[in-house]
Amino acid sequence: MKLIDKTIVAKKMPIRLVRNTILKGLFFLATTFGLLVLGILLYRIFAQGIGYLDWDFFQNFASRRPEEAGIKAALIGSIWLMIVVAPVALLLGLGTAIYLEEYAKKNWFTSFIKLNISNLAGVPSIIFGLLGLTIFVRALALDRSVLAAGLTMSLLVLPVIIVAAQEAIRSVPRELREASYGMGATKWQTIVRVVLPAAIPGILTGSILALSRAVGETAPLVVVGIPMFIAFLPKNVFDTFTVLPMQIYNWTSRPQEEFQSVAAAGILVLLFLLIFMNSIAVFIRNKFQKRY
Amino acid sequence: MKGRQRIMNMTLLRTSEAFNMDKTVVSQLSKEKVYETSQLNLWYGEKHALKNIELDIHQNEVTAIIGPSGCGKSTYLKTLNRMVELTPDVRTSGEIKYRNRNILDKSYKVEELRTQVGMVFQKPNPFPKSIYENVAYGPKIHGIRNKKVLDEVVEKSLRGAAIWDEVKDRLHDNAYGLSGGQQQRLCIARCLAIEPDVILMDEPTSALDPISTLKVEELVQQLKEHYSIIIVTHNMQQAARISDRTAFFLNGEVIEYNNTNTIFSRPSDQRTEDYISGRFG
Repeated sequence: MKLIDKTIVAKKMPIRLVRNTILKGLFFLATTFGLLVLGILLYRIFAQGIGYLDWDFFQNFASRRPEEAGIKAALIGSIWLMIVVAPVALLLGLGTAIYLEEYAKKNWFTSFIKLNISNLAGVPSIIFGLLGLTIFVRALALDRSVLAAGLTMSLLVLPVIIVAAQEAIRSVPRELREASYGMGATKWQTIVRVVLPAAIPGILTGSILALSRAVGETAPLVVVGIPMFIAFLPKNVFDTFTVLPMQIYNWTSRPQEEFQSVAAAGILVLLFLLIFMNSIAVFIRNKFQKRY
Repeated sequence: MKGRQRIMNMTLLRTSEAFNMDKTVVSQLSKEKVYETSQLNLWYGEKHALKNIELDIHQNEVTAIIGPSGCGKSTYLKTLNRMVELTPDVRTSGEIKYRNRNILDKSYKVEELRTQVGMVFQKPNPFPKSIYENVAYGPKIHGIRNKKVLDEVVEKSLRGAAIWDEVKDRLHDNAYGLSGGQQQRLCIARCLAIEPDVILMDEPTSALDPISTLKVEELVQQLKEHYSIIIVTHNMQQAARISDRTAFFLNGEVIEYNNTNTIFSRPSDQRTEDYISGRFG
């Protein structure tokens, strides 16, 4: 006796095939929509800003006159910010992820902490700004320095880095750890020689995306009180400074029409910086993967 | 000590009944003991996985552990190098003496134990590194830095695992390019590289094709000249082919432990007979 009625199968066949085609079209449209908007945005910025993008633009500080306005202070400021954020966020994030995945006992308290870290990744950045203002600017009296802003930004991106690193570490097969332990390796040797090399592509991808976010973020720095108009470079991490998104924000809020074009040029610089950072991520990832 | 004496007497009694004090049996019993297990109990949380295990492992022999799934044979094997501790919520009681020192004692460092007791796993698990780096891993973590020494260890280990001829021209290729059977022999080579005393094998051929299985089995026969081997297998023919002694586990207990010939020709326990004749499991 046959349990499957072939006439039903035949009747359902066209509907299944049509549904398959429709969904393929829908997914294609979703992709096209995003690409289209992005294309328009890029076109506008390029058309508007490319004329201002010359050597002088990188050489000059901000100015009241649009033709003399430059991005030097903001670009160097953003690089300074990275110098503080990258090591602090990476070391703390990686350390936390390793501890939580490899050392911490698996109990409700650890799960609770992991849940809260994921949750922190979704907290609005302005809250981190307030935290930075309270702790670093006021309590630790770091003022509106590179260090205060950098530590604030580190806190902001830390949850994202921790979660990304945790995922990467967790995806390393248990068999590889067992092989290492089975030969008398200590936990630390296993982590350094087996777990991290296998996890590094995932860790780097997540971390560089997080750092890119720190480069583009504005709100926490507004709260911390980073100035928007500055005509000198920081000499060390205790000096005040400004960053690209702050400078762009400042220009877009000017009444003169020409400053809109200056802002567009600024956005281009920011985009190139982000592309540069992401290329580093891709480069390092490929380099590490080739070893296997 | 008492437990060990008792199990020895019991074994003697049983084998003497079966073999009428066969001389070879007696000579085997007099071989030096590597492991002496007495009153070993193990719990995974509430589950009592090993019950009053009494088992001695002898030097330069292949000891097979057989039994149906979930009988505790893998758990026992992993207790011998304390890999079982990687599972959360494990408790043990009793004693396992390795060369006269209790390895369940907290003061016994697992890292030290595992340099003497190597392990080969069920699924080939080479590192995502080159063939050379896989074999050199063990010596390197133990602090051997000298390039010449490492080169020699790698060659000797690969020869020992009967895979040297197949890989000598591509030592620096990724180990993932090898076939499953080659990967498993590479894992055996990796294990030999730490120059262990005992090799634990956890169903080493269950993921391999028949020809690779045969190669590994031949290898085990060669290796017992220099090492003591304990092999968990659910393939009874394999146990009969390659082991000197066989222990039959059931529900966390050792039902019977004897000379492999005796176990397979004249088992003294009805349950052993049922299992090896394929009536269950």
